[in-house]
Amino acid sequence: MSDIKSDMYHLDTLAELSVKLQAGEVTSVQLTEYFLARINKYNDELNCFITVTDELALADAKAADEKRNSGNAGPLTGLPIAHKDIFCTKGVKTSCGSRMLDNFISPYDATVVTKLKQAGVVMLGKTNMDEFAMGSSNETSFYGAVKNPWDVNCIPGGSSGGSAAAVASRLAPISTGTDTGGSIRQPAAMCGITGIKPTYGRVSRFGMIAFASSLDQAGPMGQSAEDCAMLLNAMTGLDEKDSTSLDVATENYMTDIDRPLDGLRIGLPKEFFGEGLDEKVDSVVRESLEQYKKLGAELIDIELPNSHLSVPVYYVVAPAEASANLSRFDGVRYGYRCKDPVDLYDMYARTRGEGFGAEVKRRILVGTYALSAGYYDAYYLKAQKLRHLISDDFKNAFEKVDVIMGPTSPSTAFNIGEKSDDPISMYLSDIYTIAVNLAGLPGMSIPAGFADGKPVGLQIIGNYFAESRLLNVAHKYQQVTDWHRQIPEDFA
Amino acid sequence: MSLDADEIKKIAMLARLQIDESDIPSYVTNLSNILDLVAQMEAVNTDGVIPMSHPQEEAGQRLREDIVSEENQRDAFQAIAPATDDGVYLVPKVIE
Repeated sequence: MSDIKSDMYHLDTLAELSVKLQAGEVTSVQLTEYFLARINKYNDELNCFITVTDELALADAKAADEKRNSGNAGPLTGLPIAHKDIFCTKGVKTSCGSRMLDNFISPYDATVVTKLKQAGVVMLGKTNMDEFAMGSSNETSFYGAVKNPWDVNCIPGGSSGGSAAAVASRLAPISTGTDTGGSIRQPAAMCGITGIKPTYGRVSRFGMIAFASSLDQAGPMGQSAEDCAMLLNAMTGLDEKDSTSLDVATENYMTDIDRPLDGLRIGLPKEFFGEGLDEKVDSVVRESLEQYKKLGAELIDIELPNSHLSVPVYYVVAPAEASANLSRFDGVRYGYRCKDPVDLYDMYARTRGEGFGAEVKRRILVGTYALSAGYYDAYYLKAQKLRHLISDDFKNAFEKVDVIMGPTSPSTAFNIGEKSDDPISMYLSDIYTIAVNLAGLPGMSIPAGFADGKPVGLQIIGNYFAESRLLNVAHKYQQVTDWHRQIPEDFA
Repeated sequence: MSLDADEIKKIAMLARLQIDESDIPSYVTNLSNILDLVAQMEAVNTDGVIPMSHPQEEAGQRLREDIVSEENQRDAFQAIAPATDDGVYLVPKVIE
């Protein structure tokens, strides 16, 4: 290498690394070795990864370089990536952050993993997460809490906390995440990175361990909107193996990413700027809105009158679906089984009692109760009706505006342990993100600045299938700001 | 809305979930708090509102031909099972 700075690959975005690979300035093997070395150096401190697949990564990197030499490379060929440990990866441990799956070597790949393999990405490893994606702080993981690279005493957000922290500390140029109630956007906000949850049905859920099937959706978590667009291009599309995957045309999210924002109508829900929002977060978000005005956008006050119901509705719908989905973990076919069961009931109950952590058990119990005889109408049916009203609020709003903006989370990253004994206060961390999942809309979070040295996220919500618009709106902001290029000092 | 210890035990039984006796008081507190949060739903009249079970209901349910689309992978799947014998999964004896 001619100068030292060109060796600092962690300072490059995915898009920049892609250009370097194409120009022959670096090989996939070199990049992979570089990021594996960073993981080796920093993972003990941050706990981002549950599994590091170094041998596999180097073999895949070698294959990617050969593909490039034979003239068959695409834009993602040879780029390193980290997968959330919720995606099944053939021959590699897939734990979902749980003791239940600590011994689970998946016999198949999730569709997202297959598609990204076909695009030529190199998996560095599997990232830490809240157990079965149930949490907002990454503290419910069987493998311990992940640390926030901006302040190692703080949580990184959750449930995709390992994926967010790995990108924030540049242990990986980009990662995958999943979002059921905010699990891509909230950790992206708290770690100062960019993440997008696509429209429900855009990305196949096959092989993505199910939490709440009517809410779960996978998406990229990266340094910039451009990086997310590149990865999302390879993730979407109809999948026969997921009956809720939608038969809509795939798009190239890079095509319109530079479109000017003149006349963009941004809706500001008054419910997202009220009580409970940290003042400093509020002022950072408002500053970013001023920036959007300079870019030609118009700010319009709107209302989402039922949004205050999204947390209660979510804590019926999500646990109900989770209790059904997690009934598959019974100690019979895969995963953990308790020692010396005396009978079948004992085997089921102890396997599940010993295999699941406290938060997962709480949600299974809430869901079981909500679905039990005599309570179904009062809880699940009522929640589904309110879900319709919450969804209609957005429908009405999108008749007046192109996108909706507000804070991603009411506060910046809180301290590890601060809310772990108080589930309700933890749940309120997702107060602005949950409604988006209930409606099935696309939403993203981008870095908008700092409050007391900790990152603040700006949430951007779009209409169904408006991912291209969202990425465009985020990209234009990132061209005139550099919040997304900030790296925590200790990992620079 | 509050649940008592017996109700927690009954729900845990339905969910086939062993919980330690010593943890029951915290489940009583936490679950009752969650149900209090959820009770905010009651304040809204939803008469005549159609329940929404899925965000893409208007797209309808995609169906496919009823044909075999999976190959047999029993050996691969059973290789990771806790206990198998000659192609079947083993569990504790059910009938005496």
